[in-house]
Amino acid sequence: MTSLTRILMKPRTAKGRQLTPIVPPTNVSGHALIAVIAIMTFLSCLTLGAVTLVRDTAATWQSQIAREATIQIRPSDQVDMDVQLIEAQRIAAGFPGVRSARVVDREATARLLEPWLGTGLDIDELPVPRLVIVTINEADPPDYQALRQALQDKVKNASLDDHRNWVDRLVAMSRTTVTIGLAALILILSATVLTVVFATRGAMAGNGHIIEVLHFVGAEARFIAAQFRQHFLLVGLKGAAAGGFTAILVFIGFSWWSARNLATPEADQAAALFGDFSIGIDGYSGVAAIVVLIAGLTAITTHLTVIAYLGDVDSHHPDQN
Amino acid sequence: MIRFENVGLRYGMGPEILRDVSFHIPARSFQFLTGPSGAGKTSLLRLLFLSLKPTRGLITVFGKDRTRVSRRELPMIRRRIGVVFQDFRLLDHLTTYENVALPLRVRGREESSYRNDVIELLKWVGLGERMHVLPPVLSGGEKQRTAIARALIEQPEILLADEPTGNVDPPLARRLLRLFIELNRSGTAVVIATHDLGLMDQVDARRMILSEGKLDIYD
Repeated sequence: MTSLTRILMKPRTAKGRQLTPIVPPTNVSGHALIAVIAIMTFLSCLTLGAVTLVRDTAATWQSQIAREATIQIRPSDQVDMDVQLIEAQRIAAGFPGVRSARVVDREATARLLEPWLGTGLDIDELPVPRLVIVTINEADPPDYQALRQALQDKVKNASLDDHRNWVDRLVAMSRTTVTIGLAALILILSATVLTVVFATRGAMAGNGHIIEVLHFVGAEARFIAAQFRQHFLLVGLKGAAAGGFTAILVFIGFSWWSARNLATPEADQAAALFGDFSIGIDGYSGVAAIVVLIAGLTAITTHLTVIAYLGDVDSHHPDQN
Repeated sequence: MIRFENVGLRYGMGPEILRDVSFHIPARSFQFLTGPSGAGKTSLLRLLFLSLKPTRGLITVFGKDRTRVSRRELPMIRRRIGVVFQDFRLLDHLTTYENVALPLRVRGREESSYRNDVIELLKWVGLGERMHVLPPVLSGGEKQRTAIARALIEQPEILLADEPTGNVDPPLARRLLRLFIELNRSGTAVVIATHDLGLMDQVDARRMILSEGKLDIYD
């Protein structure tokens, strides 16, 4: 037996140790890929956060308006306004689905008109309609038609405004805004997917020689794909986590700014439009889902690229010698 | 072991690179493949290694028709064929030891099961002291021996070497040739593609000479 045969045929022993990964640690193109994934994830998360914010705020507006209805009693010579107000309050308060009914007193009515008519207004001198604020049980709202009929039967000049017009407009506006936001999110996610696909393919191109060598030493396609998938999944996770984390920091920063400036006119204005800038559990879950989606996409793209590359290697025509 | 019958090869719509090539490589045989540059030596090696499909003719590898070998079966057949590339194809981020062990690693073997074998093979090719060095700092000859050791580690039934002495000085070329001869004695068929007439003169072996796409064999 020759010495070579002795080497190749001898029993196999010895301890294992840590081997260098077959796909090399992240290089320049790998860093660029992480940066691209982080930026696209950040933009996707911001869009998702904005959509969540608008949706939640619109829902809050809707709920606030739907929580109340107003009974308006127009003045006339034959009507004792105070009696009518008390009667209207009594009818409304006793109606199923109504939590309470409150008469807007003279002072409060005067304050309401103050921006238009100035201070020192004597409400009895003007034919000013008076209001009863009805608080609705949102879970079990009253039959507005029946309430309206009851008021018309027993209270002269009374009309019920259930804010339905406003609610309908708000619902339409919020649906439109959320639809536009979702369309923007879909566009950004599509751009992210394409960017991740091209950036991953670009980063993979620098590893073509490794795929080729593995192929020629008899590695199966699934082994080669698994090596690259594992590596690029990690790259994708790093980038997506960085982008998602930065987006969360931005949301927390806005929320903090909003809370810190709670009593200022700017914050009041912003809060009226966007609530407290908190995206809530839905928003954070969405950010986590985007991170997982983008990392997964990177891994899938890598897998498909490796398989396509191996197909090319098998049908590749090398230069002649 | 490998049989070619009237094999022709062309790239796209170009002229035929190989024409009516017929030969048989028996088990445990030793042969040189030679010819001028551009004669198609590398293309012929690629056909032998199943990385190209012939335009016409029949290639039988280990008793199996090349055209019937599926993509899934290719890795299993390639494991029975060792290849030494002219440009070595070593992975620069892996050490000499890891490059040589790569064919075993891709088969899912535990490192502890092959470590001693790889170390002894590296010693046998004269790289015992260089096993933890990365390829960029190896000399041309050391890279060549690393590539040869990688091709040998899984005891292939046939070894294909493309210009294995092209980058080394004559003494090292003779040493590498002795290595191939010993490998052949241990039962592996060897095909060496070379321009080096001096190398061929040192061994009384079959010569396959490619010229203008035609193959002549001198036993």
